[in-house]
Amino acid sequence: MNLRTGTGGSIDRNTLLHFTFDGRAYTGHPGDTLASALLANGVHEIGSSVKLGRPRGVVAAGSEDSTSLVQVEAPFSEPMLLATTVELHDGLRARGLAGQGRLAAEPDPARYDAKHEHCDVLVVGAGPAGLVAALTAARSGARVVLVDEQNQAGGALLGVDEYLDDRPSAEWVADVVAELKSTPGVLVLERTTAFGMYQDGFVLALQKRTDHLGFAAPAGVARQRVWRIRTRQTVLATGAHERPVVFPDNDRPGIMLASSARTFLHRYGVLPGSRAVVFTTNDSAYCAAIDLAESGVDIALVVDARPEAPARLAAECAARGIEVRAGQVVTGTEGSGRVSAVHVGDTRIACDALLVSGGWNPVVSLFSQARGKLRYDAELGAFVPGGELSTVRVAGSATGELDLTACACQGRDAGLLAAAAAGFTSGGQVPLPASDSRCTARSGLVLWRVPGDDDASFVDLQRDSTVADVLRATGAGLRSLEHVKRYTTIGTAHDQGKTSGMIAAGIVAEALGVELAEQRPTTFRPPYTSVSFAALAGRDRGDLHDPVRVTAIHPWHVAHGALFEDVGQWKRPWYYPRAGEDLHTAVLRECRATRESVGMMDGSTLGKIDVQGRDAGKFLDMLYTNMMSTLKVGRIRYGVMCGVDGMVIDDGTVIRVGEERYLVTTTTGNAAKILDWMEEWLQTEWPHLDVHCTSVTEHWATIPLVGPRSRDVLAAVAPGLDVSNEAFEFMTWHDTEVAGVPARVCRISFSGELAYEINVTAWHGVAVWEALMAAGEPYGITPYGTETMHVLRAEKGYPIIGQETDATVTPQDLGMSWAVSKKKPDFIGKRSFARAENNRTDRKQLVGLLPADPGVLLPEGSQIVETDRLPEPPVRMLGHVTSSYPSAALGRTFALALVRSGHERIGETLYVPVEDSLVPVTVTESVLYDKEGARRDG
Amino acid sequence: MQLIPCPWCGPREEAEFHYGGQAHVAYPEDPSALTDEEWARYVFFRDNPSGPFAERWSHNAGCRRWFNAVRDTRTHDLLAVYRVGEPMPEVTA
Amino acid sequence: MTVSPLHAWTDRLAALAPVLGAAEVPFRSQLTVRVSDPDAIAATGATLGIGFPSAACTFTSGTGRFGDVEVLWLGPDEFLVTASPGLQVTIEEVLRGSLGTARGSVVDTSAQRTTVVLQGPRSREVLAHGCSVDLHPSAAPVGTCVQTLLARTGIVLQVTGDDTVTILVRSSFAEYFAAWLTDACVEYLAVP
Repeated sequence: MNLRTGTGGSIDRNTLLHFTFDGRAYTGHPGDTLASALLANGVHEIGSSVKLGRPRGVVAAGSEDSTSLVQVEAPFSEPMLLATTVELHDGLRARGLAGQGRLAAEPDPARYDAKHEHCDVLVVGAGPAGLVAALTAARSGARVVLVDEQNQAGGALLGVDEYLDDRPSAEWVADVVAELKSTPGVLVLERTTAFGMYQDGFVLALQKRTDHLGFAAPAGVARQRVWRIRTRQTVLATGAHERPVVFPDNDRPGIMLASSARTFLHRYGVLPGSRAVVFTTNDSAYCAAIDLAESGVDIALVVDARPEAPARLAAECAARGIEVRAGQVVTGTEGSGRVSAVHVGDTRIACDALLVSGGWNPVVSLFSQARGKLRYDAELGAFVPGGELSTVRVAGSATGELDLTACACQGRDAGLLAAAAAGFTSGGQVPLPASDSRCTARSGLVLWRVPGDDDASFVDLQRDSTVADVLRATGAGLRSLEHVKRYTTIGTAHDQGKTSGMIAAGIVAEALGVELAEQRPTTFRPPYTSVSFAALAGRDRGDLHDPVRVTAIHPWHVAHGALFEDVGQWKRPWYYPRAGEDLHTAVLRECRATRESVGMMDGSTLGKIDVQGRDAGKFLDMLYTNMMSTLKVGRIRYGVMCGVDGMVIDDGTVIRVGEERYLVTTTTGNAAKILDWMEEWLQTEWPHLDVHCTSVTEHWATIPLVGPRSRDVLAAVAPGLDVSNEAFEFMTWHDTEVAGVPARVCRISFSGELAYEINVTAWHGVAVWEALMAAGEPYGITPYGTETMHVLRAEKGYPIIGQETDATVTPQDLGMSWAVSKKKPDFIGKRSFARAENNRTDRKQLVGLLPADPGVLLPEGSQIVETDRLPEPPVRMLGHVTSSYPSAALGRTFALALVRSGHERIGETLYVPVEDSLVPVTVTESVLYDKEGARRDG
Repeated sequence: MQLIPCPWCGPREEAEFHYGGQAHVAYPEDPSALTDEEWARYVFFRDNPSGPFAERWSHNAGCRRWFNAVRDTRTHDLLAVYRVGEPMPEVTA
Repeated sequence: MTVSPLHAWTDRLAALAPVLGAAEVPFRSQLTVRVSDPDAIAATGATLGIGFPSAACTFTSGTGRFGDVEVLWLGPDEFLVTASPGLQVTIEEVLRGSLGTARGSVVDTSAQRTTVVLQGPRSREVLAHGCSVDLHPSAAPVGTCVQTLLARTGIVLQVTGDDTVTILVRSSFAEYFAAWLTDACVEYLAVP
């Protein structure tokens, strides 16, 4: 059946577009939506409903529709789109949905984008009010952004054939848009939906940039863009949606809003059917009836719920042979699939379309999101803006005003006030267009529903929610609309209350016998229309999903086959496998090489903070649990930091660079946090202290050189340095040249071995690394990664902050009482050490665990229990395994663990559930290798 | 995305800032002189008003300065910002 | 041999032309100066021959004994002095000398950040894809210097000319920045 008119509409009739729907081939034209093209081909049944499986069609012409759900299958699979918002293009392939779609299994090849935009005045909606507002603001010299959802400006004018200033309204629209686009500082965004309005003039808008081009979309151009608009003033000219009336069997395909049928006619040249009944509570649907009759639709009857039909419009209908019955309502429909007949009382009228108008709902979603208060307008039967906000104005039918010239006038006022509020007052007067409209929508009757079979009277067609559901909710005692919404799910999906919200509110008020004016409307929340996660993600995906931080030496690690571990945002070499090696064998090799000869690693990710000032020592004494002010220039001390609660937050070394200068290191993951922590104390508690902290983390490349032959390697690359144990003691540092570049060499060890840490300006990192590799070649120098570092330090019982600790662990729990000063009168955390909780003898303490079977590797995170057989739950947990490795040096596996009263349990046998067995383990001190520290000096 | 008016850099997006909890909670002069309960009050207890609340914020991604702000916890509106060391200004919520 | 953070990106950044002239300017001398006493600030500026910026979120530039030097406002008591490569040791000494006994600090942070200069009429527009600060010339005139976020990394952004923006980015984030910039330019390269 061809329902395309012979002329009219803003479609290109000379061009045919081929598309398929549910596997059948159809044609349409540029300018069509998928919905208009389907209707033109006589396809009214799009899919079926989510719960009841009832047929669903097209209710509205735009984004207020919630039933024409389709899955686009080509160009790229995308679920749950509304056919009314899918622009037709050649090759489009879609199918109707039974209420639910399916996400594509393959990655979306399209690009997505975001862009920040700042303006003085944002205008949402390019209907008459929005256009006049934007033009007024633009002429004042303000930076203006105009966003509109449609592919062309005009708003409600697109759905009528009215004249403005005695010429087709499209010409007036085109003139305004042309002036806007040629005005500097004005940005006009088409196909752009403002979907969220937030504080401080922040508006998110989704622009569909290439969707309509289908397969012809240019490569490289982002398909959709989220505009992040920051505006000083906003004019909301978001229009109004026609409201349906609920009656029994109101959900059949072919039942459509009257204004939408008019839009399909005038914008797309599509008729809603061949024989239609019009059911209205107000004047506006008469225009639809008359226009459609003039286009060849047999208007079988106009049913006006009001006691009397408007005389002038009734006469116009009579002149066209259209019967009008006032004081009556539609009481039911028939049809298998599409509607085939309408019941008006006892009368049955055969038809293939039923056009409904229950009045108008101003689109107040964004206004409400901006925290605007809503007020119930009893005459309109709708919530309207209940007062202006200082930065948000509403104009046009979004206020409830439905007369076109009055809407334009509101637009002008809003544009002037908005521009003036933003400081722009020099605008010229924008003339208001004169309208020839025959129909206004005021003087309507507010009618929510026609009584009948409540189970077949649909309030939210997408959710299959009926009048019966609403009454069940109120019957269950729910009184607030928010609760009814959640109970019934009305207005929760695509609809977001656009067509269902007001009616649900009306039915609830009726059922409770309360005034709607006393009901608080449900809160509108973003997004106004659905937005894909891909669009929200923008370009923050793949490699750009999260920054990858790399050290200066990173390219060398890549070139030498390192596998990487993520540490925060850093990529750190994890281990360097040789051919055929897995993690296990590579790490055993790296450990052995380091303990027996020499290894080196990239330690550049360690946080480094330069602390300068007369009070630097005093300041560090407060931050660390041990004394730093007594450290001598040239020396290094290990330190632990706690929070005020006494729990360990970080550790590292402190180098005294000069009388008033220290360099402190932090763990890799805490660098930024510790700098913030220092600044917080300095700025907010101790601003009198003369101390300044500066991050130098990335200024330095840091290379630990570790193992008994490290001294030989260092001597080879630092000829000017006396590397003897006497001249270069443990926990001291020297400035020298390494491989010809200035370097600071620290003698510290995180492995128990003789070790040095070489620091050079990051630019020299690779060169110095390579020089060390070359110098170490005779000793089989072995680069190692974080896994080997972890094993080496664990063998020595050194904790890793964040692995052995979890914000509930004190230095004493770690066995580090030696690092807690008894002399200092105060430091952060000290007072908490005296709290009863911190002195319990059953605190979890760091110990070593040796599995009875030296080949068994305990999974990290395993729980620890006391008995060799699991009792009935609850089972008392003594703690958990924090680190666990096979050890080359020990010739067996071992673990570190936090265990209740662990320090008292040394020598005890405990049990670790691993899969279905209980593994016996012996509790030991945490230091397992070289307890005497004999290896430190090489 | 809310704007927070940094006293130095002007309004910037909230994402540039770090929240620091209640303002005007001074580190005790002599923690060792406090009872366990008094110390626990300092460490663990903070106000949680419905309405204006003086808080500390840091402009982390900008000038790295800490400052104070009075925020209405019901609306998130920032009623005033002021520098560390200054008294909380009078605000009308 | 020195290697800059964006050493491997030279060609890829150059390939952004004609949308954007983008190039790393490596190894610049950079000194972080913390000072709040006005007299000390004035003295330090006099030593350099370039006055320190007095307004927040701006930078100053000029030619003095160390050639072309810029002084960036990073915070109310924090500045970044930038100059040609190789001068950091000398400048650090001179600055520390001019601070004298005033409260403050001078730290060589030359390798902490790298410098990327973006040139061309699209500079501000491309950055607007990831930067929430208003970069319109009326809001960010030449001389503007802001620390802010670009996508997911912190940056220091200097408006150094009508169509020129200089970005300083932490060295470890430099490749992320370059990758982001390249991606943001894809569309402009596809549809000039």
